[in-house]
This record gives sequence, structure tokens and C-alpha cells, in this order.
Amino acid sequence: MTLATLAPGAARAAEPRPKFVTHQLEAWFGTNRVLKGIDMAIAEHQVTAIIGPSGCGKSTYIRCLNRMHEMVPSARIAGRVELDGQDVYGADIDPVLLRRKVGMVFQKPNPFPTMSIRDNVLAGMRLSRRKLAKSEAEGIVETALRGAALWEEVKDALKKPGMDLSGGQQQRLCIARSIAVEPDVLLMDEPCSALDPIATARIEDLLHELKKRYTIAIVTHNMQQAARVSDRTAFFLSGELVEMAATNTIFTSPSDQRTEDYITGKFG
Amino acid sequence: MTRTHTDREYEAKLDELRQRLVAMAERVDGMVEASVRAVVTRDTALAEATIAIDREVDRCELECDELCLLVLARWQPMASDLRSITIALKMVTDLERIGDLAVNICERALQLNAQPAFEYETIPKMVVIVREMLGDAVRAFVDHDSELARTVLPRDDEVDEHYHTVFRALMQLMRDDPTLLDRGIHVQSVAKFLERIGDHATNLAEQAIFMAAGKDVRHLHKVPRT
Amino acid sequence: MSVDLQPSGRAHDIRRRGNNLGERAFIALSVVAIAVPLLILGGLVVNTLGDAIGRLDWDFITSYPSRRASAAGILPALIGSLWLIGLTAVIALPLGVGAALWLEEYGGKSRLAGFIEVNIANLAGVPSIIYGLLGLGLFVRFLGLGRSVLAGALTLSLLVMPIVIIATREALRTVPGHLREAAAALGATRWQVIRQVILPMSLPGIMTGAILSISRAIGETAPLIVVGALTYVTFLPAGPGDPFTALPIQIYNWVSRPQEAFLVNAAAGIMVLLVTMLVLNSVAVLLRNRLQRRTRR
Repeated sequence: MTLATLAPGAARAAEPRPKFVTHQLEAWFGTNRVLKGIDMAIAEHQVTAIIGPSGCGKSTYIRCLNRMHEMVPSARIAGRVELDGQDVYGADIDPVLLRRKVGMVFQKPNPFPTMSIRDNVLAGMRLSRRKLAKSEAEGIVETALRGAALWEEVKDALKKPGMDLSGGQQQRLCIARSIAVEPDVLLMDEPCSALDPIATARIEDLLHELKKRYTIAIVTHNMQQAARVSDRTAFFLSGELVEMAATNTIFTSPSDQRTEDYITGKFG
Repeated sequence: MTRTHTDREYEAKLDELRQRLVAMAERVDGMVEASVRAVVTRDTALAEATIAIDREVDRCELECDELCLLVLARWQPMASDLRSITIALKMVTDLERIGDLAVNICERALQLNAQPAFEYETIPKMVVIVREMLGDAVRAFVDHDSELARTVLPRDDEVDEHYHTVFRALMQLMRDDPTLLDRGIHVQSVAKFLERIGDHATNLAEQAIFMAAGKDVRHLHKVPRT
Repeated sequence: MSVDLQPSGRAHDIRRRGNNLGERAFIALSVVAIAVPLLILGGLVVNTLGDAIGRLDWDFITSYPSRRASAAGILPALIGSLWLIGLTAVIALPLGVGAALWLEEYGGKSRLAGFIEVNIANLAGVPSIIYGLLGLGLFVRFLGLGRSVLAGALTLSLLVMPIVIIATREALRTVPGHLREAAAALGATRWQVIRQVILPMSLPGIMTGAILSISRAIGETAPLIVVGALTYVTFLPAGPGDPFTALPIQIYNWVSRPQEAFLVNAAAGIMVLLVTMLVLNSVAVLLRNRLQRRTRR
């Protein structure tokens, strides 16, 4: 009986399938427990936003999903992370192959400086396959750049270094690089925090397109951004999941006072 | 509501909006009270003074709307703040309508005062209930008290009941004595205006419930929610 | 729209004050610090060039040593040095870069890595003649390589390896962590991350290490003497197993002769050595700059 339930078709739409599910997920850096048992699901073909103050564990959470967390020395996890029902921390799982299924876009646009725009897009492909026919490579480059809404801007400059692009273009290049390997999930760690409002709007616009093909989890400091782009929003505080609900509900009438205080700007 | 906003300017603006709404509600409540008194005591001067107050109320409406727009543009409020702004925008409309209805009652008072006295005891009873509803709805909004707001809703039925009683009684009187027709219609209008004020007070109460609980209780029987 | 701005009437004392004596003195000191060694070096080169000018001709470069100073040339030493440098580069660079990669990317904080790190730091401080003794014992005698170019190059490789390793590690460390993460997040294995991202980015830094190590190797004398470089060679080494001499050895040999004419030969030899080093380094610097242009920013 909230605003969310009034959205047209909300009641009729089929319940989305969970893509990622975490059970009692805990994460440590050394002896510091940064996630304190997260039970959460990320629904397929939706944008799930994770908000919360700095140090609440929201970035760590998504880094546990593609096993990037463990790349930091002394980092470890406990609990269970399932991708389509499969335990991604199982003994038979290759984290390298997992990361091809679960792409990641970072806070700072980070195209590879030694590579051209074209080579950046193909960087991931070159890792997973030995040889690419030239025509096939061209097709992949165009599809990925179109998917990242960058093709029209760079189609005549594919040989130029990726670093020659503007910040917003670089970030879209990074998105193109991620989707070129055809992942199922895109994890985004504050992808717009280094971008100006116009570049941000382009990426947000792109997210609405991307979620048709991919499942997206986005960590953001910007509550308005979470409100704009996501279907569901999770609020983290001090390593705990305080509340997760439809974005419409979270930003109009959250049920937890801590969520309310955070999103209305009442700190400490 | 233990914590305050970290941004004190924002907090001050939201507080200012609350105070303006309360001041507007008090002014409107005063108009309702005075308008009915002007009818009952046949006080033409009071009726004219009350009609003049409506301009103040209109100004309040404009100022509140402007403040809401400014807060929306500058702070992009969320959650309870967002509800309070959107609700405030609706509340000023209801309050302004109540003010207009009080003006309508005063106009009837002027008409009635030009004719021989004709009294009807149910009118003062109605105004007591209607003013309580209005007061409780506004207090419930300010205090985020959905329980208090919920008590307002059934009282609207009481008001409707009173109106129908008045209507039937007046019909009977006018049928018996056609010379009362003119005055009877004016008194019936006053009762109708009070009944409408009750409806607006009910709207305010529903808005207060949404403000406090985040639940929209309007049109529940017509638009079911899952 | 006209803007009518009144100055606030407040006076700020933001005018230049004093003449920053401290800063000027520091700049002056820095200029002196760079000028003194440059002047000394310039004087030395000019002085040597003055001595050498009479003997510096094509014959000197293309002739074999002789008992007659005026007929003696430097060809075997020059070719020997080029052999040494080439072999040293081929041996020391892959090994040094590999060692640095292991230490930075794989070794982590293991005890073995710590042990190796301490050793490398110590090796960098060992006098070069000790390397010569090690080379003599290990390569010449134990491995039976004899007094060959290979034994000399292996010894020099040991000598310059710490330089290569340290420079390479520095270069690897300058690759931002977020690029490693970006590659890993694309599903790259550790080696793929290194091969595709880290090595291309750190190549300029590695080249700097190569330049430094070549400069060091080309001028080394002591270890070569110990390893058994010859001083009088009338043939050119045809392969890594052949005996050899090198520029610094030849120069050392001429300097220790009593005859004045051989001193002139030595001066000319020094000039050849200097030019060889400058040419090799210039090639390396050009190569590095080309790489850097690709990875700028």
C-alpha cells in the first residue's frame, strides 16, 4: 500500500528471478569485519542500487560477488554467494572465469593507457580467446561501443589512445570493454562519481538500456542517482543491510528510521 | 523525530514551511468560526471583516507554494521530507478552499441579515465538529500522528448525517410555509458549505496519515492496493 | 544588465613582501651543485680529447694491438666490449625483469621473497672485484667456461642484475592498482594481467634500468681482469666461447705502459669507450621515449 504498488503494471509484472543471492555474507580485512552477515538478493534484469555512508561496506559487498575482494592481501569472506544458484566460492569455481560472467566498472575511468580505443574494447576478448578474425573483431568493437552509447562519438577514431577521450567517454569505453566479453552481470562501483552531470546523465540513460540485457548492481554515494536509475535499493550501514526495498518505497517512505535519517540528510 | 538535518538551512526551511502551514490553518479556522458566528448573531460587520481576511489566506497559499517549490529545487527532499513537501502543496489547496467556503458562508450571512431572523440550531453543532476535524488534521500533520488523523475520518460521516437532517428539516419547513423559501435556501447552503469544509478536513487528515505512516489511504475502496 | 560593484573598503596586505632570500639562496646552491661536477667532467673530457686527438682516426678503430704505439688499434677491445654488452643484456635483462616480476607480483610477503630482497640490496653494494672472483670460481673454473666472452658476460650480468631488478620493481610499482583491477575484473589471469597491462606500462622504467646497467657494464674493468680477459688480442671473438678483451682492459693496459705514446693511445681509447657508451645509451633512450609517448598520462 505504498506508492510503489501504484506504479502501472507493478502488480501484474512477474516476480523477477534472483541472479545473485548472498547468505550471511561476511567480509574481513585482516581482523576488521566490514560485512556483518548480509542476506540479500539481486534480481535479474533489474538495477539494484546500494547506498550508504563511506565505509559501510557497500563496495566490499559487490567486490565479494565477483571475487575481487580476495585480491587484497589479508582479505577473506565467510558465508555463501550464489550466482544462479551456484556457489561462486565453491572449490570447483575459477574466479577468472567467474569475472568474465560478472563484469565490473570502477569509480575512476580506467582504460588501459597503452591501448587504443579499439584494443581497449577487445582487451577482455583477447584474454578469453586466442585469435579473433579481423571482421569478427570489428563486429565486437562496434556492438560493444554501440551498447555503451559511444560508437557515434568514436567510430572514426578507433585507433586513437583510449586516454584521449573525455572522462565520461572513458567511462563508457570501460563499460564497452566490460560488455564486450558478454557478461551476465555488471557491477558498478560509483561509476559516475568522477564525471560531470552531463556525462552522468548519459551513463544513467545507458543503464536503462543495459538492464534489458544484463543484471546491474550499482554502488553510489549519490542518493538522487540511486533514486533515478534503480529498481530496488539497499541501504547499508556499518557493514549491515538495514533495509532493502523497491526504490520507490525507499525514497518515499522507508520503514527503518536509520534509512530515513540517512536519505533525508540527518547524520549524527 | 529526534534527529535534525545536518544542513541547518534545509532544516530551517522545512521548519518555516511547517509554521506557515499552521499559521494558515489557524487563520482559516478563525474564518470558519467567525463566518458561522456572523450567521448566528446576524453580525454584518463581522461577515464583511471575515471576507476581507480571505486575501491573507490567498497570500499564505502563494507563499507556501513558493517555499515548497524552492525546497524541491534546491534540496531534492527524500522520504519523509519529500512527503511533507508534496503534502504541504496539497494541504494549502484544501485550506484555501476552506477559506473560500467560509467566505461563501459570510455571503449567505449578508443575505440572511437583510431578512427577518431565521435560526436553526444544527448549524452551530456542525461547526463545532468541523472545526475539531480541521484542528486535529493539522495537528496530526505537524506531529506526524497518524492515530489522531485516523480519528478524523469517521467524524466526516457525522457531519454528513447532520447535513442530511438539516436538509430534510428545511424541506419540510419550506413546504409548510413557502415564505421561508428564500431564507431556507440560504441556511441550507450554509449547511452544505460546512459539510464541504468537513470533506476538506477529511482530505487533510488523509494527507496527515500519508505524511506520518507513508501509507496512502485515499480511495481505498475504489483503487485497491496490493 | 549593468553591474555596480562597490569595493568592500577593506584593505588586504597581499603585496609582495621582501625578496625571499631563502628561496634564492637555495636556487643558487642548486646551480652550483650541478655546475661543479659538470665543469669537472667537461674539463676531463676536453683534456682527454686534447691528448687523444692525434691518434683518433679510422685506423685506430680498425687496427689490432701492436708493440708499436703508433700502429696499435682498438678493434678487438671494441668488438669484445660489444660482445660483452650484448650478451650481458641478453642474460641480465630477462633474468632481472623476471626476478623483479616474481618479487612484485607473485612473491608477495613470503619469507623467501624477503630473503631474496635483502640479498639483492646487499649485492648492489658488493665491490665489483668480488663479482670477478665469483665469476672466476663459478663460471671459469666450476662450469668450465674458461676465459671466454660468455664467462665475462655472465659475471657482468651478476653485477648489473641488482640494478635491473631494482629499476624494474620501481617501474612495476608505478602501474596504478586500478589498472590491475580493471584487467582482473575482465577475467584476466595473473599472467595475462602482467603481459597485457603491467609490462607494457612499465616498459619505459625497465628501459631506464637497462640503460643504467649497460652504462655500468661497459665501464667495468676489475671483474674482467679477474675472470681473465686478455690484454693482447690479435683476433676477434667469433663466438661466446672465445677469449676476449674489452675497452677498459685495453685502456688499463696502455695506461700501465711506460712509453708516453701508449698514454695517447689510452686517451684515444677512453674517447672510443665514451662514444660507444653514449651511442648505446642514446639508442636505449630513444627507444624508451618512443614507448613513453605511447603510455603518456
